[in-house]
Amino acid sequence: MEVELAASANGIAVPPGLVLIAAGLLLTAARGRVRHAIVLAAPLLVLALVWMVPDEPSVSFAYLSYDLTLLRSDPLARVFGTVFAFMAFAGGLFALKQDRRAEMAAAYVYAGAAIGVVYAGDLVSVFIFWEIMAVASTMVIWLAGEGARAAGQRYIIIHLFGGVVLMAGIAWHVAATGSVAFDLLTASPAKWLILAGFLLNVGAPPLSAWLPDAYPSSSWSGMVFLSAFTTKTAVYVLLRGFAGESILIWIGLYMVFYGIIYAILENDMRRILAYSIVNQVGFMLTGIGIGTEMALNGTASHAFVHILYKALLLMSAGSVLFMTGKSKCTDLGGLFRTMPVTTICGIIGALSISAFPLTSGFIAKSMIAEGAIGEHMALVWFLLTAASAGVFLHAGIKFPWFVFFQKDSGLRPPDPPWTMQAAMVVLSAACIGLGVLPGPLYAMLPFPVDFVPYTGPHVISQLQLLLFSGLAFFLMLGWLRRTETITLDFDWLWRRWPEIASRWMVGIELSPAALTDRAVERVRQVMDHKYGPAGTLGRTWPTGIMAFWATVLLGAILIFYYFRVGIRSAGS
Amino acid sequence: MTPNDNDRDHWLVRPRTITGLWIAFIVILALTVLGDFVFPPKGKFGVDGTISFYAWFGLVSCVALIIGPRLLGMILKRSDDYYGS
Repeated sequence: MEVELAASANGIAVPPGLVLIAAGLLLTAARGRVRHAIVLAAPLLVLALVWMVPDEPSVSFAYLSYDLTLLRSDPLARVFGTVFAFMAFAGGLFALKQDRRAEMAAAYVYAGAAIGVVYAGDLVSVFIFWEIMAVASTMVIWLAGEGARAAGQRYIIIHLFGGVVLMAGIAWHVAATGSVAFDLLTASPAKWLILAGFLLNVGAPPLSAWLPDAYPSSSWSGMVFLSAFTTKTAVYVLLRGFAGESILIWIGLYMVFYGIIYAILENDMRRILAYSIVNQVGFMLTGIGIGTEMALNGTASHAFVHILYKALLLMSAGSVLFMTGKSKCTDLGGLFRTMPVTTICGIIGALSISAFPLTSGFIAKSMIAEGAIGEHMALVWFLLTAASAGVFLHAGIKFPWFVFFQKDSGLRPPDPPWTMQAAMVVLSAACIGLGVLPGPLYAMLPFPVDFVPYTGPHVISQLQLLLFSGLAFFLMLGWLRRTETITLDFDWLWRRWPEIASRWMVGIELSPAALTDRAVERVRQVMDHKYGPAGTLGRTWPTGIMAFWATVLLGAILIFYYFRVGIRSAGS
Repeated sequence: MTPNDNDRDHWLVRPRTITGLWIAFIVILALTVLGDFVFPPKGKFGVDGTISFYAWFGLVSCVALIIGPRLLGMILKRSDDYYGS
C-alpha cells in the first residue's frame, strides 16, 4: 500500500476529519483541563486545516487496485467542512458540563467522520466514514442512558440497513464502471441503490420516523450534535452525486410538509425540532433536485445556516431540559421570566429558521425558491412559499411560544451554566452576523452568487408572509392547544404491527420481553434434558449398562478388524 | 408582596401590555401591506406580483396548515404512552 502525501506547496494536506476523530479518541482518556483544552482546540485546529488544504486530490493511496482519495478539497467540500468544524466547536463548548464524558468523545468521532465523508474523493472512503458516523452517532444516543436504549437500537438497525443498500449500490457501480471516484452519479447503473442509501440518512419517506424517534431520546447535549451531521452529510453527498435529479424535488417537498404537519401536532419540544430538521432538509433536497447553480448555491448556503440555527434552537431546548428536566410543551411555559438568555437566543434561532430579515435564514433560503423561478416551476415555487410560512408557524413561533411564554407553568429555573450560555451567544452572533453581512458566506459557495437578498420588494414580501403567518397562529391558538399525544408514523409498522399481527395470527405475544423470556425458557429446558439430575449426560448410570456398552464397543472393533484383515488378504 | 405576586405582575403578561402588543402588531401588519405601494412586488407567475399577495398567501397557507394537521391528527394521534414508557 503506497500512501502519497502531496507536496504541500499550496497548503497543509492533512485530512481534517481524521484529526477530529483522533481528538475524539483522545477524549476517551483525557480528564480535567487537558480534556477541556482538547474539546475547544481540536475543532478550531480542524477549522484551520479546512482552510489550509490545497484544492486538489492530495492524500491518496492504492488499495485492492483502486485509488482511494482521503482528501479532495474544493469549494463545496470547504463550505461543509467549515460549518461542521465550527459546529463541533460550538457543540463542544455547550456540552462541557455533560457528566457522561464518553458522549463528547463519541460526538467528536461522529463529527470527524462527517468531515471525512465531505473530503472523501472516492465511494469506498465515503462508505467507511459513513459507517463510522452510524456507529458513533448511535453511541451518542445510547450514552443518554436507559431511556434511549430501544430508540438507539431502532436507529442503528435502520442505519445499518441503509449501509447495506449503499454498499450494494457502490459495489454494483464499481463493478459496472471500474471506477470508485465519487462524482456525479446520475448516470450510474447503480444510481437508485446509492440514492436510496443516501436518502435514508436525510430522513426521506417512508423511513423518516427514525429521526424524530431517536434524536429526542438523546441527552440535552447529544441532540445538538446529532442535529448537525447525519442529515447534512447526506445533503452534501446528494449535492455532489445527484444534483439535478428531478425526483428529489418531490421527495423534498413531501419532507417539507411532513415536517410541518408532524411538528404542528407534536407536544415534545425536541421532537418538534426533530420534525423541523426533516422539514428543512426537504427544502435542501428540493434545491438539489432543481439543480441549477442558483438552487445548488441555495442548498449549500441553506445547509450552512441551518446547522447553526438548528443547533442554536436545540441548545435553547437543551438548556430548558437541563434546567427543568422537562421536555413537553404541556409541562412548560412562562420560562422567559427566569431564563432571559435562553429565551432571547431561542428566539434568534427561531427567527433565523423562519428567514426573518437580518438573520441568516433570510440571506440563504430564498435562493432555492429563486432557483424554482429560474426554471419556471410555478407549482414548486408556490409550495415552497407556503412551506416558508409553515416554518414560521411550527418552529418560528410554536417553539418559543409554548416553551417560554404561553401559560405560567410555575417553573422558575435560572439560565444554564455559563459555558452553555456562551455557546448559545456564539451561535446567535453567527446567525445575526451572517444575516447582516452575507458576503463571507456567499464567497464560500460553490458557484458565483448572482443574488441580492436585501431589496425593498424582497424584504417587504418576506415580512408580509411571516407576520401574517404569525397572525394566523395567534388567531387560531385554540386550535393549536397541546395535548399529551404522539402522532403515528410509518414506524408503527415495526414498532406495533408485528406485536398486533402475531397476537392475532398465532396467539403469541411477540414483544421483545416475551421473546427473551421464551428463549431463556427453551435454553433452560434443553440444559435440563441433557444435564439435569435425570438428563442423558447428567444422571448416574448403573454398572451393567456401562459393561454392556463396553462389550458393544469391543465387539464393533473386532468386526472392523476382521474386515480390514479380509480386505488385505484379498489384495495380496 | 410575595415573589408570586411579582411574577403575576410581570409587565409582559399584563393585560394592558398584551392589548398594546396587539395594536402594535396590527399597525405593523398594515405597514407591511402599505410597503407594497412603496416597493411594488415583482411577480414571476402573475398573482405573486399583486399587492398584498404575500400577506393573504401566508395567512391562508397557515390556516390550511393548522386545520389540515388537526384533521389528520384525529386519525393519527395516540396517547404518548402508546409505545410504552
